[in-house]
Amino acid sequence: MSTRLDKRFATLKSEGRPAFVTFITANDPDFDFSLELLKGLPGAGSDVIELGMPFTDPMADGPAIQASSQRALKGGATMKRTLELVRAFRDADNATPIVLMGYYNPIYHMGVTKFLEAATAAGVDGLIVVDLPPEEDDELCVPALEAGLNFIRLATPTTDDKRLPAVLANTSGFVYYVSITGITGSATPDTGKVASAVERIKRHTSLPVAVGFGIKTPEQAHAIAGAADGAVIGSAIVSAIADELNANGKPKVGAAARVLTQVRALADGVHSARAKAAE
Amino acid sequence: MKEKNVSASSKVNSYRAGPDERGRFGIFGGRFVAETLMPLILDLEKAYDEAKNDPEFHAELTHLNTHYAGRPSPLYFAERLTEHLGGAKIYFKREELNHTGSHKINNCLGQIQLARRMGKTRIIAETGAGQHGVATATVCARFGLPCVVYMGATDVERQKPNVFRMKLLGAEVVPVTSGSGTLKDAMNEALRDWVTNVEDTYYLIGTVAGPHPYPAMVRDFQSVIGTETKKQILEMEGRLPDTLVACVGGGSNAMGLFHPFLDDSGVEIVGVEAGGHGIETGEHSASILGGSPGVLHGNRTYLLQNDDGQILEGHSISAGLDYPGIGPEHSWLSDIGRVKYVAATDKEALTAFQLCSKVEGIIPALEPAHALAHVTKLAPTLPKDHIIVVCLSGRGDKDVFSVAEYLGVKL
Repeated sequence: MSTRLDKRFATLKSEGRPAFVTFITANDPDFDFSLELLKGLPGAGSDVIELGMPFTDPMADGPAIQASSQRALKGGATMKRTLELVRAFRDADNATPIVLMGYYNPIYHMGVTKFLEAATAAGVDGLIVVDLPPEEDDELCVPALEAGLNFIRLATPTTDDKRLPAVLANTSGFVYYVSITGITGSATPDTGKVASAVERIKRHTSLPVAVGFGIKTPEQAHAIAGAADGAVIGSAIVSAIADELNANGKPKVGAAARVLTQVRALADGVHSARAKAAE
Repeated sequence: MKEKNVSASSKVNSYRAGPDERGRFGIFGGRFVAETLMPLILDLEKAYDEAKNDPEFHAELTHLNTHYAGRPSPLYFAERLTEHLGGAKIYFKREELNHTGSHKINNCLGQIQLARRMGKTRIIAETGAGQHGVATATVCARFGLPCVVYMGATDVERQKPNVFRMKLLGAEVVPVTSGSGTLKDAMNEALRDWVTNVEDTYYLIGTVAGPHPYPAMVRDFQSVIGTETKKQILEMEGRLPDTLVACVGGGSNAMGLFHPFLDDSGVEIVGVEAGGHGIETGEHSASILGGSPGVLHGNRTYLLQNDDGQILEGHSISAGLDYPGIGPEHSWLSDIGRVKYVAATDKEALTAFQLCSKVEGIIPALEPAHALAHVTKLAPTLPKDHIIVVCLSGRGDKDVFSVAEYLGVKL
């Protein structure tokens, strides 16, 4: 079975380009702005979109994404609204993969079966759920795979060779390598270390490996993308959104266009790096 | 230790067998953490399994409990409170007499020994009221380890004496402003620190919550409360108590008292949650009575949450009970009906706080004042030969300022 994610990564591979994976939080700061931005992302160079499901307690996230979650919740974010965003995006774009990223509780609270039905109906392609390690695969990972969604796992610097096969076992779509030990948007990753980690992961899997956490500038994006199949950027985009809000927390006139200009600069950083000859 | 591989739900003849190998008590518990932390908690589990089978580890801990913490804590017949209430015979398990003034030291001494065994050189902790922070700072001072305590900015403001205590003990106190600036956010921030400093750092969790093995490990270290109580009551009364009562926030003092008695079917066990302004008002911290199952901070348990699975702020007069979750083993014990969970309101706790001070000459912390509040309702309805043991988990010195404020007294 070939999903939108599989197709997208296959195309990128054939073109010899690394993937630019962008993250924004759903409903940050409101539904309409989020949708405008979502619709603009593919045109600004985003190959894969990660859409954050807002949560009150984002334990793995740094200040930028924490703040975006708070803004989204203040703006009335719910799981239902997040899925409505995806559906509205899908009406106009049937090719760009959308991966929902977040924490398990809002999904668990909704009910796994109900969530998977709603997510697939809305046009979601994959899930990244930070607080579900392979030890808890029966909770959501296995049912999600059965429902035809990709389940993208995080591999980290603490995931050693012994543990890696377990982490990769039920992973599909791509592998998300967390470039640092830490939270999103914190330390800057060391390109050399990232390159050897990506190589190590690739010895265990044929899936594409995208790298994220801590990439902020087009230059860093360029360096990391050269060492992997893709680069994920979240905090930098979410911070750009924060900079475009007025004192009332509403987007300024023309905010989306200016955020997308910054996204385009990051995209150029990623796309100007040749993907490693993918074996 | 022989029980280790027996799942909690499959072994019906014991309530003490859990958790299973996945860290579950029935559906509760588990290991819901980010991948970065997963290898760390697996290491911790292994290290704890080795330690608990090592007689030397137990000998060291017993020595520290005796000579540093001042154990065993007395089991005290509260004669005047018994007379005053006119019913059941009431005993206090005097955890407030421990070094640092609460039961928290029991867990901290156990975990600091484990951290040292594992070669960890930096300790982090979360704290709400500051009792666990003080106990952690204390053991870190004792063993010369650097200590960082995360504390919600709101709590830093309302628990100033404990903040200063921690600083005196050499700890760094980091006020947490993210989220709502209370205990749950302090725990988020401690997890963020741990995920960043994976090599040298030990996260010393203060209650029977968090990912496996914390709920079981903290329970084991706190079980000294119940084990002593059992021995003491047999010496004093020649039989087991009829009822155990303890307050429950995360639930570590309660689990420590309850666990050794879970298989004694004649012992009725009651956990008292923080009823705040009343369960019906929505302003409370009663996760079991007013919440629903969810996943937070590494485990599945009863949580205060809204219709969309977003975590709600708890409210309680007591900062130590002000947490939107509860230890997973409590959730399980509630669902299977072994332990009964009730609530006491802020007002009831305040009344019990004053009553205990006046008739027993013991100023309790506001947390166990909730347990005492339930005892004041329960005891008068019971015969004089009915024995109640209540866990006096901490002393009230830290609370005198806020109580004065609630009573409208200017100090």
